[in-house]
Amino acid sequence: MASILTVQNVNKRFGGLKALDNVNLEIEAGTVHAIIGPNGAGKSTLLNCFIGRLEPDTGTVIFDGVSLLGIKPHEINQVGVSRVFQTPEVFGNLTLRDNVMIPAFAKRDGSFRINAWKGVKRETDIEAKAMAMLENVGLARKADEIAGQLSRGDKRRLELAMCLVQEPKLLLLDEPTAGMARAETNTTIDLLKKIAETGITMVVIEHDMHVVFSLADRISVLAQGTVIAEDLPERIKGNPKVQEAYLGGAHL
Amino acid sequence: MPTRNDMLLLTGFVAVVLAAPFLFEPIGAGYPDLLQKFAIFGIFAIGFNILFGLTGYLSFGHAAFLGVGSYTAVWTFKLLSMNPLPAIVLATLFGGLFAALIGFISLRRTGIYFSILTLAFAQMSYNLAYSVLTPITNGETGLQLSQGDPRVLDIAFGRDYGAVLPSSDLFGLEMTGYPGFYFCGAMLIVCFYIALRIFRSPFGMMLRAVKSNQNRMNYTGLNTRPYALTAFIISGMYAGLAGGLLAVTDPLAGAERMQWTASGEVVLMTILGGSGTLLGPVIGAAVIKYFENIFSAFNKSMLGDIFSFLPESLQSGAVSVASLFVGEGWHLTLGAMFVLIVIFLPGGLMEGIRRIGALARRKKPGGGASASTPAE
Amino acid sequence: MDAIFLQILNGLDKGGAYALIALGLTIIFGTLGVVNFAHGALFMLGAFCAVSIKALFSMNKVALDPTQMTAWGTPMEIRTPYIIDWFGDFGATLLDYSVPVSILIAIPVMLLLGVIMERGLIRHFYKRPHADQILVTFGLAIVLQELVKSQFGANPIPQPAPEAAQGMIDFGLAIGFDAGNVVYPAWRLIYFLFSLAIIGIVFAFLQFTTFGMVVRAGMADRETVGLLGIDIDRRFTIVFGMAAVVAGLAGAMYTPILSPDYHMGMDFLVLSFVVVVVGGMGSLGGAVAAGFLLGILQSFASMNEVKNIFPGIDQIIIYLIAVVILLVRPRGLMGRKGVMEG
Repeated sequence: MASILTVQNVNKRFGGLKALDNVNLEIEAGTVHAIIGPNGAGKSTLLNCFIGRLEPDTGTVIFDGVSLLGIKPHEINQVGVSRVFQTPEVFGNLTLRDNVMIPAFAKRDGSFRINAWKGVKRETDIEAKAMAMLENVGLARKADEIAGQLSRGDKRRLELAMCLVQEPKLLLLDEPTAGMARAETNTTIDLLKKIAETGITMVVIEHDMHVVFSLADRISVLAQGTVIAEDLPERIKGNPKVQEAYLGGAHL
Repeated sequence: MPTRNDMLLLTGFVAVVLAAPFLFEPIGAGYPDLLQKFAIFGIFAIGFNILFGLTGYLSFGHAAFLGVGSYTAVWTFKLLSMNPLPAIVLATLFGGLFAALIGFISLRRTGIYFSILTLAFAQMSYNLAYSVLTPITNGETGLQLSQGDPRVLDIAFGRDYGAVLPSSDLFGLEMTGYPGFYFCGAMLIVCFYIALRIFRSPFGMMLRAVKSNQNRMNYTGLNTRPYALTAFIISGMYAGLAGGLLAVTDPLAGAERMQWTASGEVVLMTILGGSGTLLGPVIGAAVIKYFENIFSAFNKSMLGDIFSFLPESLQSGAVSVASLFVGEGWHLTLGAMFVLIVIFLPGGLMEGIRRIGALARRKKPGGGASASTPAE
Repeated sequence: MDAIFLQILNGLDKGGAYALIALGLTIIFGTLGVVNFAHGALFMLGAFCAVSIKALFSMNKVALDPTQMTAWGTPMEIRTPYIIDWFGDFGATLLDYSVPVSILIAIPVMLLLGVIMERGLIRHFYKRPHADQILVTFGLAIVLQELVKSQFGANPIPQPAPEAAQGMIDFGLAIGFDAGNVVYPAWRLIYFLFSLAIIGIVFAFLQFTTFGMVVRAGMADRETVGLLGIDIDRRFTIVFGMAAVVAGLAGAMYTPILSPDYHMGMDFLVLSFVVVVVGGMGSLGGAVAAGFLLGILQSFASMNEVKNIFPGIDQIIIYLIAVVILLVRPRGLMGRKGVMEG
């Protein structure tokens, strides 16, 4: 299998603290790769290095032959990386339909284009695409509601629809079920599984082991800024180093 | 092609503009000088709304672009021709250029910073117009036509105005009175139509996204700054055109047009009518110019007549309180309106109309509740 | 050398006024989260406190003196200010010192105005978007300045400094330059020292009192302080009142330097905003440093030697510097990340 995202020798220091210590990762295309680890292990720092929020001190991050370092967030998206935030980020005072049409336009027209003459209503292809995606995540009947009024779970699903309508090559998920009740978590897991079946590569950062083991094809364990283990889920469970990192492995 | 509802809206708008002299007659606003102001400031406010209403960037410096438009137009009259067409084309162009310059710097910051920067740049332009740029702006006196103006195009086409100071004319049709109004009205219709297209387009959708969530927009692969800058330039062009039209109907330009109070006025017009709505800014502009006209005309003796039904002692009190707000005190009324609108009706008049409409529908059960179209 | 020194001195008083206004703006934004476009109006109101006191002190008692006759054969009217009539020499001194005396009155008046503004209006806008806060304070600024205009007229009203401070100080002599080269109006020097004193008081207050500590904590992290169960509401009122007093005092004392008129507030506000932007939004030290820096630069720019090379530079120097700072250091000289962004 070809790897779609290659992270090599990434180091990041904040003052005296070594947040990332020589991190190496290979994400294979078409897999769901979970990154887990105790609090403060550097998971979010690592993710932020993928998306242009942080610049690593050394190392390379290559996505599909393109370096993701030193380019802006919108450029990273345009090469095919979409991102779901811990707290869902949607266009709060626009309708769900508009929320999904905007990324669809971004995919078709690029990061900036003045198409001010043709009405949105005439863009039937884009609208059909958006509606189909809302249907997929089960929000089609709410298409004309204002996004800001949705529940957290619905906002998360809307955000997923917004990412998926762009047909990204890589989807980054930062704790996709954070702050959700059990029932909502389960529907979100089912949705993510369905998305995974379409063959999109996903990188998931997650605390909740239930979520991780339901989804992941492969797991990397991060502790104190280094990758201490990388393996198949069933083998990670038995790994003594991992259990030690988690203080006796009570969580596993 | 716009949708059917938009066609109706546009047709209605055109009809109101064309019939304005008759429609506004009953409220005493059916004369051309005031109607010209309605149209010109309507254009100014529509443009401002494309920036503020859609992207949420609150500029306090738009009067600077209005001023640039006026100066450009007067210079065009002086150097090229008294025909209004080159004047307004150049005024629009220069308004846009100036907006590109100021927008490029101001848009490096968002939110409050942006408002402060635009205010500062407008104030700088105003100071400059009064001092160093006097050769271009003629300082305190204001820029005026003179008999010695070259007007090369007019001369080339054999038009000679002789010894009198000419007024602007469109191939012989003088731009004063009703022809002046209909010229401005035609521009208003064009501007409204362009705004309508922008509002309904994917570009307009992107501008709303800028207002809604810039972070999400960036991670959606969209570059926010050029969108905001384009909106800023478009609104600067609208302001330039409005300034040009002011000079067309009355060929002089003064620095006071660029003062911060003038910038504040267009903000008030927009929020009074309803920012983010299509019709709101035009309505806001007309309402403010109408009341300015009425309030400024009042004086103490007229107030005395109005309150003459009161006993003597109360009458003088009422007159002195009311006189604060009229005549010279019109700006006080403007400021008070500002505060009241922001507190009680942040959505503006359009929001008020919508609320009343919703209330009326609830009172009449089944009465057209299904035909709810957003008030725009 | 002495010319340069003189220009630095010339910039200090204006810089002091900028610094005091910018300080208030920064404190209000940092703690209350509100951008106060009416802050310039508070400066202007302070100036008109001085105008009112002077007018009050100069109210005349009119007596007819039958021993003297006018040219028309009527008894001469003798006008004496009541204050001199009642208090004699002490009254005359009060009249002479009306500007400094007015700051005693300005403190309670400005405090009251600030409290009324915060309780009556600003308070209801803490949770509203910044655009609404800007709009409502902007409207308030117009209302205040128009009220002053209707009361005091549109023309500047000159206010004399006390006679003892009207002279010039030959500053050059004191530090070894030739006599007559660095001559500086005494009142400007007083204003500079006054502004330093106020800045010192404000900083000491923030540094050494518990109240000040809470304010500083609030500026660093507003949400957390809200969670500590501290009675934020009352403190907000006091903070706003304090900032109003600082602006008012700055305005009252400035009257002998610049004759106050109703639109002085907006002029100073715009410049103070630029000061805040240059100093770095949210940084008290930045506001003060940038205030003096810009005041001095402006005074250099108005030197004839400079103006001959760059005509009009004095009108735009402050804005040019703001542009350069924004392009080079978008957060300002001392700005911190995350403060006032978005």
